[in-house]
Amino acid sequence: MSPSESDSGTQSERQEEPDRKDREDQKDRKGRESALELEGVKKSFQQEKLTIEALKGVSFKTQKGRITGLIGPDGAGKTTLMRICVGLLLPDAGSISVMGKDVVADPLSVQSAVGYMPQRFGLYEDLSVQENLDLYADLQGLPKSERKERYEELMGMTRLGEFTDRLAGRLSGGMKQKLGLACTLVRSPEFLILDEPTVGVDPVSRRELWSIVSRLVEKEGMSVLLSTAYLDEAERCHEVVMLHEGEVLGHGPPADFSRKEEGNAYRVTAQGMKNREIQSRLARGEGVVDSVISGDGVRLVMAADHEPDGEKLLPDAEDVEIASIPPRFEDRYVSILKAEKQKEEKEGEPQSGEASEPGDHENHPGKKDQKKRRSLEEPGGGDGAEIRVDGLNRKFGDFYAVKDVSFDVKAGEIFGLLGANGAGKTTTFRMLCGLLPPSGGTLSVAGVDLRSSAAEARARIGYMSQKFSLYGSLSVLQNLRFFSSAYNLKGKERKERIDWALDQFDLRERAEADSGEMPLGYKQRLALACALMHKPEILFLDEPTSGVDPMARREFWNRINALSRAGVTVLVTTHFMEEAEYCDRLAIMVTGEILALGTPHEIREQASEKSGKEVTDMEEAFIALIEEKDGGE
Amino acid sequence: MAENKNKEKNDKEKKKQENKARLGGMTRLWGLVRKEFFQIMRDPSSIMIAFLMPVFLLLLFGYGVSLDAEDVPVAIVTEGTGNEIQRFTAAFDQSRYFEPTYYWNMKEAVDALMDHRVDGIIRIREDFSRDLVRGGGAPIQVILNGVDANTARLVSGYVEGIWAGWLEDRARMQGTDLALPVELHHRIWYNSEVRSRNFLVPGLIAVIMTLIGALLTAMVMAREWERGTMESLLVTPVRIREVIIGKLIPYFVMGMGGMALSVAMAVWLFHVPLRGSLWLLILTSALFLLVALGMGLLISTAARNQFVAGQIAIIVTYLPAFLLSGFLFDIGSMPEVVQWITYIVGARYFVAILQSLFLAGNIPSVVLFNSAALMLMAALFLGLSRLKTRKRLD
Repeated sequence: MSPSESDSGTQSERQEEPDRKDREDQKDRKGRESALELEGVKKSFQQEKLTIEALKGVSFKTQKGRITGLIGPDGAGKTTLMRICVGLLLPDAGSISVMGKDVVADPLSVQSAVGYMPQRFGLYEDLSVQENLDLYADLQGLPKSERKERYEELMGMTRLGEFTDRLAGRLSGGMKQKLGLACTLVRSPEFLILDEPTVGVDPVSRRELWSIVSRLVEKEGMSVLLSTAYLDEAERCHEVVMLHEGEVLGHGPPADFSRKEEGNAYRVTAQGMKNREIQSRLARGEGVVDSVISGDGVRLVMAADHEPDGEKLLPDAEDVEIASIPPRFEDRYVSILKAEKQKEEKEGEPQSGEASEPGDHENHPGKKDQKKRRSLEEPGGGDGAEIRVDGLNRKFGDFYAVKDVSFDVKAGEIFGLLGANGAGKTTTFRMLCGLLPPSGGTLSVAGVDLRSSAAEARARIGYMSQKFSLYGSLSVLQNLRFFSSAYNLKGKERKERIDWALDQFDLRERAEADSGEMPLGYKQRLALACALMHKPEILFLDEPTSGVDPMARREFWNRINALSRAGVTVLVTTHFMEEAEYCDRLAIMVTGEILALGTPHEIREQASEKSGKEVTDMEEAFIALIEEKDGGE
Repeated sequence: MAENKNKEKNDKEKKKQENKARLGGMTRLWGLVRKEFFQIMRDPSSIMIAFLMPVFLLLLFGYGVSLDAEDVPVAIVTEGTGNEIQRFTAAFDQSRYFEPTYYWNMKEAVDALMDHRVDGIIRIREDFSRDLVRGGGAPIQVILNGVDANTARLVSGYVEGIWAGWLEDRARMQGTDLALPVELHHRIWYNSEVRSRNFLVPGLIAVIMTLIGALLTAMVMAREWERGTMESLLVTPVRIREVIIGKLIPYFVMGMGGMALSVAMAVWLFHVPLRGSLWLLILTSALFLLVALGMGLLISTAARNQFVAGQIAIIVTYLPAFLLSGFLFDIGSMPEVVQWITYIVGARYFVAILQSLFLAGNIPSVVLFNSAALMLMAALFLGLSRLKTRKRLD
């Protein structure tokens, strides 16, 4: 900062002083003063020859002392926007002021008023909790005399008090996130900016993070801007800014959003039909905007000009009940995005297939084919359990990553492993796939132990790893070619499978694009396509939806449902609790152990029983089970 | 009047703020430095680069690599007999430079050369004695394996030395003086024993400090980007100069530590004389370290992941320091174009200073010129990295 700039800054402040009173009066009349003001903010990035417009003229104001949620699908420009707000990026055009200060002209004074927690908060993992706090206290210039008190307050808030000597790298995902927040808050900032603070965090820590933020806003009058991929969190914000492809699609209190869908939301139940089945049928119905499994029924959102007709939507189901329910933010969000997508499709080339409605995987081994194959195995397979795990252990040093885990998965089932980051899901997976030897216990996949058995058994499984292990510098087509040859596909069959993948996963347009530079949703689709090249009977999906926005997640689950209908056995891990509803059965894992096992319904019942109150969704069930476990110890 | 007062008040406030800012700056800087030291202590890889690598390199170059040719295996093919021949070959037996093996025919000797059992062949023909008596020149054939040019040159020189000694002896025995019009007296200055260790080890200090200063610094900066800690750091009120100085101080200390270790090993383990002033050595090392740190920081502005940063650092700092600094290969005998390139290799100046401080003593002209060059480079690199490092992600 040059001295002349700071001079002009103080001068302008002084000039404003006389009419500050006026302004305050005005403020009272008009409501609150704005914390953040964006006016026509544009930003584009150069990626080789391609120019990517991340923000296309964004303007909005947020009020002081409020929580503003920044919501939008993957690649909407949320992170770019936040980075611009804290002066980490320069906008190409437009103006931004944070707490009345111009970010472009005076980033330093903005930075001393703002606390910013990036998506991956840069904790120094080889420093202890206390040393991380000390560093940020030094950097933020918190006077030594105030530190003791502030530390106690922060440690109390985050419940990290007993871990101050522990290295940050040894904390669980949720604890890391809380420590990151504590470091950001070390000198109580006026304005707090949080970029997806709750991604990958277990429900308990998530709830704690939210209660910390809410308390700060209430008690200290802090202003908060946060982005999130969890739509239920949007409802906890005072106001929501919806961002899509660099443009603001909506701005207002979350209730205003959901109000627009008043009368369009329903709850559907039908006797003798799986929720998953109901959901996938509804998704293809006319005038249906959205359908998701929720608790023991299916949430249905209809377009405003359509009434749900049970006969039409679910012709072969019995006792179809459709009840009107109050709408929620998510309903509006999906309907806005759908409308946006349709608009794009109308503008662009008319697309043949609806991307959000995956057809049946015709080319995939059909039910008949699959059955035939299975009947051949059945004598050896016994009761048809495809995956059997008994007393599985895995130790790293003296630390149990997986402890005494037992479950089995039947053919054609979707089985979920649910838990926060670090619960032991990935370790279990790696053992099942034969990538990691167990320390104890037995396991078999399709009747054999993949670790000792030959490639033959491996040819029957498909594996999609957490980070979508694709070759980023290869194009989509090259990746498909590579994986198909890795699975020994040749000639005509190989060509057919590649064509199938390109069509089925809407990848044809991007066939020549570098896979590393595509949005996450595309990468996920490509990774799934690669895992399916050889028509596996068992599919392992490790955190397939991590970091992917709600729309892409819906699409993804539709595909998984279709696969399951075709007879494929699916084992999936996720930390999104609501995704549990798509599973036939699931296991909740916490610190390497299975806490509960059963159908979603059974698990909710279990939780209700243990907590003594009615539990309606998986997240509540998870929290109840954890609390019961912690209380029991 | 009122304006003046206002201004005064303003000035006072500004000063107060500046004072506060300076204090805040010190706190921030201290916080960063302390953090860096914690990280160094807990991360074995940086300690390895800073202290284990120097020890390893010094041992390797001190004991393993020797540019001296001693006990060179040679084949001596004597096709005849006679006193003259015996006396000639005895000179080889006695020389500490050679370890002769005797063969009776040429074919075996050539096989030995092919198999790398010997590095050269000295062939004395059957008619050597006769020719000698008859006068008019008695040829001795010397065949050297020229693949290792360095050894070949040395061996050729030694053979000539032996030959000259033998001639002298022979003349004395015959009672005549070998009347050569010109007499050659060798005296080797600064390194009278011609131990390659004596110039390799001081030069190594430059390589080691390049390693710590540039490679380590570039990698730890890249690590901050890679792990996302930089993004969190940049949005605090920290100034860029504080980030830079906060990295300079710890790695400066580490580099000087590596230097001290190398000097101690050089003097006490390898018995390399230190003829110049220790203070001058410390001072010039500090100067060179700033150049290396500047290079490291500059690399980190371009490379934001550890792998790339490490590769760049090795290619643009470590390898040149190894090959083009004159530590291993004499700059004077490089092609002219390459000689020009060596002027932008900071290690070149430091190697010159080191070799003269260790072997010759304080030579003002050498130290002054090279220090001035180092100073210029340090200012350039540090200035550039200050300009290039921004408090932004793009």
